[in-house]
Amino acid sequence: MFDDRSPIYLQIAEGIKNDIVSGALKEEEQVMSTNQYAAFYRINPATAAKGFQLLTDEGILYKKRGIGMFVSANARTKLLEQRRERFFEEVVDRMLAEARQIGIPSAEIIKRIEKQEGGGEA
Amino acid sequence: MTLSIEVNGLRLNYGPFRALDEVSFKLEGGKIYGLLGKNGSGKTSLLSVLASYRRQSGGEVRFGGEAPFENAAVMRQVCFIQENGHMSEGLSVRDALRLASDCWPNWDEALAERLTRHFELPARKRIQTLSRGMKSALGVTVGLASRAPVTIFDEAYLGMDAPSRYFFYDELLKGYMEHPRTLILSTHLIEEVESLFEEVLILDKGKLMLHEETDSLRQRGLTITGTADKVDAFAEGLTVLGSQRLGGMKSVTVFGELNEERLGRARAEQLELGPVSLQDLFVHLTTSKGDVR
Repeated sequence: MFDDRSPIYLQIAEGIKNDIVSGALKEEEQVMSTNQYAAFYRINPATAAKGFQLLTDEGILYKKRGIGMFVSANARTKLLEQRRERFFEEVVDRMLAEARQIGIPSAEIIKRIEKQEGGGEA
Repeated sequence: MTLSIEVNGLRLNYGPFRALDEVSFKLEGGKIYGLLGKNGSGKTSLLSVLASYRRQSGGEVRFGGEAPFENAAVMRQVCFIQENGHMSEGLSVRDALRLASDCWPNWDEALAERLTRHFELPARKRIQTLSRGMKSALGVTVGLASRAPVTIFDEAYLGMDAPSRYFFYDELLKGYMEHPRTLILSTHLIEEVESLFEEVLILDKGKLMLHEETDSLRQRGLTITGTADKVDAFAEGLTVLGSQRLGGMKSVTVFGELNEERLGRARAEQLELGPVSLQDLFVHLTTSKGDVR
């Protein structure tokens, strides 16, 4: 659950996750150090470290002693799974709630999806 | 090495006026601390006592267990930079820097030179002939290059223009990461520096209002926007710091722990939740109830 009031460390963690999902950060690749993050975003290094700690706890990053932080081997798979789980709750359910509010019937939404899919294949 | 700072029941009177009233806190050290407060809240009084520029009327201050007042061993580890400086106006920039290099055992000459060049400080000019911005730049140069285990900037950078201030913030962070130490910054320009602070202390009318980790403090503030009746119903029982109304819509700023269940309810009620910046929290917390807003 991320909304705008996320503390900076959560935003940093989320940013790294996005980079892993998009492929900008590869598995087994080294991540910038907390100090580099802190300098780049002009934030307290303890804040950046908290974001890294969170990702380590989740198994997304791991630490190589004396070298730095690296992306775990299965990080992308793990993140994709998490996002798929969240997808229906956070994207589909919210879309349906909005549709109900403004009076768009589900049938119309399904029609639209099918048209998109068809268009994509053509 | 970092020095802890312990303050217990600190009082400072100026005649009948009580500038500091039973202030107590403990700073572990090795962090960047923000000291916030409105003008006249006692920030400079507190920092002056910490730096032994003033003697307290009551209570005690301990640096690593030792009282700093007239204690040379402690004072060599503390550097206090004020906006209008405590440097002799008649000194040239070069002599002021030379004097500073004698005062602080960890003085970083290379850094001092680099900062002096960046700020284009004229070595031969007397301090009294410098502009406000240049005096501030000299002050922060001394503070950064001192590498004193406890370095205090009392609104020292307010006289500088924005590019110089941001340069200062970058250098401060860099120096802190290379040589961890205790940094205390007092300011009322909170927005620019709030993300640098690991912990925040707020003074109000000479009393310590709060001392907390910046992240957890920020998370305790929340704005709730939606139709007035729903917002009012949701905010009931919460500490409301401020509220604004626009037609049938209402936005309130609340302060306190909100659990996931309550946050979930807000989303279900289609209330919009937003963050509160440290600056806004500070303004709300220090606006006395008698004030009209």
